[in-house]
Amino acid sequence: MHAVYPLLLGALLFAIGLYGVLARRNAITILMAIELLLNAVTVNLIAFGSLIRDQYNVGQVFTLFVITIAAAETGLGLAIVLMIYRQRGTASVDEQRALAEPLRGPADDAGGASAELAEAGSAANGAGAVR
Amino acid sequence: MSHSYLSPTGVEIAFVLIGLVTVGSALLVVTIQNLVHAALWLVVSLGSIAGEYLLLGAELVAWVQILIYVGAVVVLILFGLVLTKAPIGPTTELDVKHKLPAAMVAAGAIGVLVTVLVDAYRNVWLDPHAAIAQGTAAANGAALFRYWVLPFETLSVLLLAALVGAIVISRRGRGPGASEWSTAVEPRTVPQPAQPGAALVASAASTSNAGADQGAEADD
Repeated sequence: MHAVYPLLLGALLFAIGLYGVLARRNAITILMAIELLLNAVTVNLIAFGSLIRDQYNVGQVFTLFVITIAAAETGLGLAIVLMIYRQRGTASVDEQRALAEPLRGPADDAGGASAELAEAGSAANGAGAVR
Repeated sequence: MSHSYLSPTGVEIAFVLIGLVTVGSALLVVTIQNLVHAALWLVVSLGSIAGEYLLLGAELVAWVQILIYVGAVVVLILFGLVLTKAPIGPTTELDVKHKLPAAMVAAGAIGVLVTVLVDAYRNVWLDPHAAIAQGTAAANGAALFRYWVLPFETLSVLLLAALVGAIVISRRGRGPGASEWSTAVEPRTVPQPAQPGAALVASAASTSNAGADQGAEADD
């Protein structure tokens, strides 16, 4: 098999995952795009393992390691997303602005930051009231 | 065996066809408006990647991919979508201002990677038939426990830490009247539903349990 086919597949998957991480807003869909990124890496690992075929079986063993780490990462990521959703009532990453830079520069720092904090506080209060 | 661009082998044809399925479903994962459908297209994408592993001669990794990714990770993601009350039906998820810059970054990544890879591996052929012997469970197990024991054990510690961390993070906070250990040992604290009514039900259940315990003690 020509070595370019699996490598191209890995490159395409990586770019698609990159687009997903950058363009999606829901935190869980961002986790899905991260899974695509990790799978792009493992496709490359398997392809090079099949190309090199060394004594240590590096490609496939490392693919197993990456799959394990991806499972741990997904579990922890979902736990964090759940905690954020419980505290703030949303899982959308562009509404998590409590630690954000002020939108219109340092001159607007005081007003913008207090407005953001008040908004976050009201959102938290709303979630608490619902609970 | 002579290699040629113009007479692809059967393995190459199958690889390209499954690769088209993979890339198409991955595109749907990142562009579809319905979040649950995105998770289901992720199943198709990861499953077809397992097919690509089989074609590359990595048998054990293909089954592990199906077991862990399709079996566990996607189910976790679906649980996450349900627990965060992701909207069912089309969303305005992708109506963002930074969609065009994201597409430009992805296109730049594709351009750079494809150029470099095609230029570097133009004359390289791999032999999946010779790799089959290394993809079996026996070969993988021998390599894993002969040369990679320390990373393997480290990973088991990492998995344990991630498990404990996920339980601690997603545990419900200490409410009034609920002690730390009574919330920690409840089996349903791990996939805790974030519904507003569930908290009331859970607290009512714990208080009723406490009341039953007190009643039992009073009987004694």
